[in-house]
Amino acid sequence: MPDQGITAARQPNTASQPIAIRVSGLRKSFGSHEVLKGVSLTAREGDVVAIIGGSGSGKSTMLRCVNFLETPSGGDIEIGGEMVAMRPDGSPADRRQIERLRQSLGMVFQNFNLWTHKTVLENLIEVPVHVLKIPKPEAEAQARKLLARVGLAEKEGAFPAFMSGGQQQRAAIARALAMNPKAMLFDEPTSALDPELVGEVLQVIKGLADEGRTMILVTHEMKFAREVATHVIYLHNGVIEEEGPPDALFGAPKSDRLKQFLKTVG
Amino acid sequence: MACPPPSQLTSFELLGFGDCGWGATLLWGLGNSLLIAAGAYALGFLIGIGGAFGKLYGGPILRDVAAIYTTLVRAVPELVLILILYYAVPGLLNEVMVALGQERIILPQFITGVVVLAFVQGAYQTEVLRGAILAVPHGQIEAARAMGMSPLLVARRIILPLMTSNAVPGLGNLWLNATKDTALLAVIGFSELTKATYQASATTKAFFTFYPAAMLMYLLVSMVSIYLFSRLEKWARRGQRDVRG
Repeated sequence: MPDQGITAARQPNTASQPIAIRVSGLRKSFGSHEVLKGVSLTAREGDVVAIIGGSGSGKSTMLRCVNFLETPSGGDIEIGGEMVAMRPDGSPADRRQIERLRQSLGMVFQNFNLWTHKTVLENLIEVPVHVLKIPKPEAEAQARKLLARVGLAEKEGAFPAFMSGGQQQRAAIARALAMNPKAMLFDEPTSALDPELVGEVLQVIKGLADEGRTMILVTHEMKFAREVATHVIYLHNGVIEEEGPPDALFGAPKSDRLKQFLKTVG
Repeated sequence: MACPPPSQLTSFELLGFGDCGWGATLLWGLGNSLLIAAGAYALGFLIGIGGAFGKLYGGPILRDVAAIYTTLVRAVPELVLILILYYAVPGLLNEVMVALGQERIILPQFITGVVVLAFVQGAYQTEVLRGAILAVPHGQIEAARAMGMSPLLVARRIILPLMTSNAVPGLGNLWLNATKDTALLAVIGFSELTKATYQASATTKAFFTFYPAAMLMYLLVSMVSIYLFSRLEKWARRGQRDVRG
């Protein structure tokens, strides 16, 4: 059950803030199986939108459609005020536009996905140097600052395979930040971690929320979602069953499904 | 030069570099073998990279062409391929030249040898490299795409380095094959190590001197190659944990 003793949820940004990410009427099918049946989401700058839901609810697919790691089957996606050009079947019409927009979205994966043949520092400067064309010394200086921030200053020369899951995920967050993204996308960032390593990663994510970063967060950590989110979406079978401010959603869930869900995960 | 009958020479003199020794001939043959093998291997690698990416990411036509190529080449004995390509292709080429009103051309044996063996190597390397690409964890590629890297950049900066460690054992085998396949070129009269050995022993009847010497040279090439490939594999595996834990 929701814990009443946590800090008050942060407020969603007023309508005056520009829209960072807008998804409307998003649909996605894998073969004949429709995973998303027309879902919408709006994240204004500074918003933290948490997407929760059971296994198979479509929450990861929804997030992965935002940066086109999954090709939507229909609907509209707008990033930083720019509509993504899509063909009638939902596939991106302009590969270069997708690549450019992806550079403004820092993605963090469940399984970290750090490049195993590169050291931590090399992971952080890869995209800044080779995609954003930032001079290497500058990119390295920036990367070292980010590593210090996530508590990995000592690990810049280490290879990912020799680090703990928590360290890898913090490095992966730093790698995403190194692109200086306009928004961050988190896909169950703590689900692959040993329980004792979850806290160190959540702390880093909370720090990002505190400095007003726009984020969309798919998570199983309900307490954390309640703490950092400005808006929570509960997804069930590809449909938004209920959404609203975290205190309302967790404190007074309306739908039976959400009540049931919170009971099982709480 | 007036050499005594070979039966009066020692093995040392036969293999030496003196007027009556065959050392220079054998070494020349070995050098030719290595040059052909290296040329064919390098060209085969380019074909293999193209074939592997073509099979995995190409359109339907490219995929079909690659599939027919690898199936045919791997189905037919290499000796047959060498004979076909050595005699049939230049003939065909010349008919085209004549039809176009051009002079007949004679392809240098060395170039033909390299191209023929590269054609064979390319098919096998395509399959080794394709397997190596498929073994790259999908998340590694997805992370690169998610950060806005172009497909070409993903291939060059992420897939190629990561597939290397998967490919090195198979590629090492193919290099050893390449060095030994050069011996097949003896049938078309190319003076590589096997042909040179044959000439030396046929002239002197000292079979038990020259063939073991040639075997030793092939063995030496293999041992040095195996050592170099193990160094390459170690480098390619940087960042990976030892499977023995």
